[in-house]
Amino acid sequence: MVDVVPPAGDGVGSLAGPGLTVAMHMSDGLVNAPTAAAFGLVAVLGLAIAASRARADLDERTAPMAGLVTAFVFAVQMINFPILPGASGHLLGGALVAILVGPWVGSLCIAIVLVVQALLFADGGLTALGTNITNMALVGVFTGYGVAYALRRVAARSRRGLVATAFVAALVNTVVAALAFVVEYAIGGSGGAALGTVLGLMVGLHVLVGIGEGIITAATVAAVAATRPDLVYLLRGIRPAVGQGLTDEGVAR
Amino acid sequence: MTRSRFLLGFLLVALVIAGGLSYLASSDPDGLDSVTLNGCTVSETAEGERLDGTCIAQNAAARYPSGHQMAGSPLADYAVAGREGTTGLAGILGVLVTALVAGLLFRVLRLPDGRRPGGVPGTRGKG
Repeated sequence: MVDVVPPAGDGVGSLAGPGLTVAMHMSDGLVNAPTAAAFGLVAVLGLAIAASRARADLDERTAPMAGLVTAFVFAVQMINFPILPGASGHLLGGALVAILVGPWVGSLCIAIVLVVQALLFADGGLTALGTNITNMALVGVFTGYGVAYALRRVAARSRRGLVATAFVAALVNTVVAALAFVVEYAIGGSGGAALGTVLGLMVGLHVLVGIGEGIITAATVAAVAATRPDLVYLLRGIRPAVGQGLTDEGVAR
Repeated sequence: MTRSRFLLGFLLVALVIAGGLSYLASSDPDGLDSVTLNGCTVSETAEGERLDGTCIAQNAAARYPSGHQMAGSPLADYAVAGREGTTGLAGILGVLVTALVAGLLFRVLRLPDGRRPGGVPGTRGKG
């Protein structure tokens, strides 16, 4: 079990203080400076590739959608849900954005959320931006997309298939993003816990977080698909076998 | 549903989540924080939080004793000017700023229609 006595705060805002705040992402100093810098480079290169590839996925219809998906992820990330006594989790959003706007645009969505959170909300260390972007905007998004893409026939078949695909992709993206932190800790962690302990706890806790992530992702994707299936990236180019309330403006291709 | 109405609805849902539902959020440490705090007990002191024991967060805090560089931001820790009970307002501002930043970036990145490479999914369609 996690031996944590939660501070006697009564809300996110009351937890401010020097040294440590209860934040949602990696803080400064969890890995050493060279590791932080190396993953900063990974993040910059990854986002540069994503930005160049994203252009082809952005048009006058999808660009506003991508902007709102980004704002939606910011909002939902504020909602920490309980996973165990004394521990919570929140959406990372990798599979969600990948399914709705595609992996290239989706990486940029998550990166924007992380930058806004770090700069405006003091959430997630500035020197940890590289690791946070790598874990959630690159590893999380592309893992979620990979799983969703592999299951895309299932997703297009029925509403239940789409919900199952979104759930599984989100669960896997959460656990793999958590594993990315373990890799970073193994490379240049600041110490304080054995690697095996970190691995076990990260995976165990993020399976639980991933169930919550899966539920939120499935509900959101299902809601978008029910109203505007043409705005679901994963479903584009796949003709659903059974129309689930598809209008003539849905899946137009 | 028209596209603009759908997008407006999407924005409203985000605003309600950040502005209202955020008050119901758990303030327990999240999965990652639980791991970095594992082995320590956290106690609230006048100077902030104190960690006793051995844990990752202790070493991280020792590297950055002055805390987050942006702790002085008017929206730091999801509160407006550090005032309690302003999480919802901070969240609403966050949603609007995020939508603005992302909207502008994606607008800039968007290719003009004439220069769109062929065969790209989702380039046609109305609404």
